[in-house]
Amino acid sequence: MEAVVTNFGMQAAAAEIFLLTAICVILLVDVFLDDSKRWVTYGLTMLTLAGCAFVTVNYAVDARVTAFDGMFIADPMGDVLKLFTYGTVAVSLLYSREYLQRNGLFRGEYFILALVAMLGVMVMVSAGSLLTVYLGVELLSLSLYAMVAFDRDSGVAAESAMKYFVLGAISSGALLYGFSMLYGVAGTLQLDELAVGVREVGASNIGLIFGLAFVIVGIAFKFGAVPFHMWVPDVYHGAPTPVTLFIGSAPKIASFILAIRVLAEGLDAMVASWQNMLIAISIASMIIGNVVAIAQTNLKRMLAYSTISHVGFILLGILAGTNDGYRAAMFYTLTYVIMAVGSFGMILLLSREGFEGDQLEDFKGLARKSPWFAAIMMMLMFSTAGVPPFVGFWAKIAVLGAVVNVGLSWLAAVAVLLSVVGAFYYLRVIKLMYFDEPSDTYNIEAGGTIRAVLSANGVAVLALGIFPSVLLDLCARVLP
Amino acid sequence: MSTITWPILSVLMWLPIAGGVAMILLGDKGIALGRWVALITTAATFGISTLLWTNFDTTTAAMQFVEERTWIPLFNSYYALGVDGFAMPLIVLTAFITPLVVIAGWSVIDKRPAQYYAAFLILEGLMIGVFAALDALLFYVLWEAMLIPMFIIIGIWGGPRRVYATIKFFLYTFLGSVLMLVSLIYMYLQTCDAGQCSYAIADFQRLPLGLNEQLFIFVAFLAAFAVKVPMWPVHTWLPDAHVEAPTGGSVILAAIMLKMGGYGFLRFSLPITPDASDTLDWLVISLSLIGVVYIGFVALVQQDMKKLIAYSSIAHMGFVTLGSFLTFELMRVNSGDTTGAAMGIDGAMVQMISHGLISGAMFFCVGVLYDRVHSREISSYGGVVNTMPIFAAFMVLFGMANSGLPATSGFVGEFLVILASFRADFWYAFLAGLTLILGAAYTLWLVKRVVFGPVANHHVAELTDVNGRELLVLGVLAVAVLGLGLWPAPLLDVMRPTVENLVQQITVSKL
Repeated sequence: MEAVVTNFGMQAAAAEIFLLTAICVILLVDVFLDDSKRWVTYGLTMLTLAGCAFVTVNYAVDARVTAFDGMFIADPMGDVLKLFTYGTVAVSLLYSREYLQRNGLFRGEYFILALVAMLGVMVMVSAGSLLTVYLGVELLSLSLYAMVAFDRDSGVAAESAMKYFVLGAISSGALLYGFSMLYGVAGTLQLDELAVGVREVGASNIGLIFGLAFVIVGIAFKFGAVPFHMWVPDVYHGAPTPVTLFIGSAPKIASFILAIRVLAEGLDAMVASWQNMLIAISIASMIIGNVVAIAQTNLKRMLAYSTISHVGFILLGILAGTNDGYRAAMFYTLTYVIMAVGSFGMILLLSREGFEGDQLEDFKGLARKSPWFAAIMMMLMFSTAGVPPFVGFWAKIAVLGAVVNVGLSWLAAVAVLLSVVGAFYYLRVIKLMYFDEPSDTYNIEAGGTIRAVLSANGVAVLALGIFPSVLLDLCARVLP
Repeated sequence: MSTITWPILSVLMWLPIAGGVAMILLGDKGIALGRWVALITTAATFGISTLLWTNFDTTTAAMQFVEERTWIPLFNSYYALGVDGFAMPLIVLTAFITPLVVIAGWSVIDKRPAQYYAAFLILEGLMIGVFAALDALLFYVLWEAMLIPMFIIIGIWGGPRRVYATIKFFLYTFLGSVLMLVSLIYMYLQTCDAGQCSYAIADFQRLPLGLNEQLFIFVAFLAAFAVKVPMWPVHTWLPDAHVEAPTGGSVILAAIMLKMGGYGFLRFSLPITPDASDTLDWLVISLSLIGVVYIGFVALVQQDMKKLIAYSSIAHMGFVTLGSFLTFELMRVNSGDTTGAAMGIDGAMVQMISHGLISGAMFFCVGVLYDRVHSREISSYGGVVNTMPIFAAFMVLFGMANSGLPATSGFVGEFLVILASFRADFWYAFLAGLTLILGAAYTLWLVKRVVFGPVANHHVAELTDVNGRELLVLGVLAVAVLGLGLWPAPLLDVMRPTVENLVQQITVSKL
């Protein structure tokens, strides 16, 4: 790829600059609002997201552009991922509003943190150097730690935030240590120069492989892949549901781009080394994720393990080491985000005063109480299980194709067999909703916004499953 | 050339699905109207499917009524539909059985009836799509999607152990098919290497493949289709699913869904991996023979009517796989001569259609009894003929057909397959022929215990004979069973070019 060096870095980073300015403004405005006016912050946040989308579309690039002396990249893939991130954050905030208001969490800081986390994702998406990558990782992680602990009266949330923070700090350390090793050997932090440097030194250089191992640890942790997955179930379970929803969606895009920028762009010459590492991580993730999910009784925990298994699938696409594979992984990530947002949204839909709705039992007999939302959840579950005609199936098939194409048919066979194991616990949710009788008489109390958006979300899973080309072609266009 | 210029296959596929969606929107409140919507939709589908038969060109093996539209350009996958002599009769069978299911459930289903009919209508559309799909990806999507309505049907309207049965059903069939997916992807990538990426089944059939590749692909297909058929030893999901499913579910399962396994062998396994099929035909033949004989004995000892018919289905479907894979043996015996080799496949196809009618009819009969007594135990009955003479006549007729009595459709398929096995190997024929004894034994013994003898208890004494609705369903099926038994020629004519073409195709080694 030819790097076009230009001096208009401001334009390449226009969305980030706009967002940061908006964050400062919202922070200031929020100080002067009392609790009854908090909706202003919420509205401003939504406006900011729309503004970001406008700026990104306005300054969209046709080809890769680098800025700030190579520290910053703008490329079509990045634009698509950013737009998708805005959408995800917007949807997750829409889902969360009622829950936050009900639980006294509807405070300005929540939205500020969410926006800063999003800024972190954007910086990672556009990272052109290892330092920028790290900057993005920390912006995102630190905001997430705070968000997990946001319900400060909740002991469980505090505990999981602590776990997340300690483990996250260690993994960031590992990532940084790996970066420093790469810098020591290749003599550069910039990703495109790193790719050249690795070739000069030789991919089998022991220092590079040593550094790579630490980088992989960092990436696997951010993804929540086995064996660095321990934080995922606890954080998903312990955090307030809106935060779980947030962590389960946009940061997955960040993890994906982290792997792409560092592994596929910076260390592409070392594909043989990281492919083997990722194969092990991916298989382990699919096994642990799918098997342990069966034993869960809490839906948030179950979805946490389900995430782990999906991460295994995303890694399958990345480890193929081909453009096909990256495209498949990107498609998988985007579809996963759509499905995850919907699934956690369902929990928020069910929740009401004094009722979290996050136990599997809470879904009992939902088909009786609300046939429509039971159908939405059914579509989400079948899609997550990878059953056609829902979009999750196409994500699986894209990834499997990439893996078979590089001669790893056995890995594809292992993956599909494990996905059958996974199908079981998604079926159990459907069983509870459709085959069991309701255990209480409460009806869904959620408001119109969440109903409408969640309906659209579920229908999207079906529509994209019947016409997968819409999203597939998009991924193919930005990752040719 | 066919004279139909409008996309008949798309209509056949989407009309029931649209009807199903309409049913969901109507909801249980509008069920009085909804039942008619369901009936009219399925009846219209059947009406349209007869056009398929009457406009079918019986002189060619080429796909007919072909529709093609780009679906997923990135994978070069098409929304491509078309039928040949294998698919067309199965589509007509599907369209024939579904309205009967709707009629049979008319006043019986009172729990969430709208969803019940919607599930069956959507299922019908998907099943027709499976038979009509010319694109492997489209085929796979429909093949898997089909599991969803069936999963719901067994899970909501099934018996006491329905949850266990339906999850077992889903996971078993899902497990079988995922490996097929990997091999489809593999073949797709092979076509890419050959220059033109394609998911078209026809391109897969032309694709040159080494023996090892073929063996892997064959085994993957075997996993998918053997579970579906089902063949011994992966049949254990079927008795559970049948026993727990509501009558309509059992009928669709036995009459149509099982046929997809047999259809898959004919559409995928034989033409795509002819050399592997040749190498491993002993495996399929032995599994089929074990199925026929062993499962026959298992059926003999069943206490539950539905379970007995389920096992009888497995035994009968053994004839389908046996007939399909006898072809290679026949060619070996005749030293490459293909004349006569087609007889096994002919038999397999006739057996599929005939079993679709007979097993469906048998499950309807059980349904009639179950709706009245709410027991599937054979011992709960006895002397039904005394209180339900008309019903007893039908049950005896279908029992006879199930045991392969001449003049019923059950005879034609079994006879052709046994004849073909005689040519191949005496012992095959001997073992296959045992079914005539076993089949007669378990079916007639069932009929004897249920229908004949003195009135067993007060439940039987209080039975009322079939009503008009049930009479219609059983009568239509009886006509079909006798019609096909007395005059199978039209069916054989429709299939002939396709069967001959398949035999030609598999005699050419891909190596």
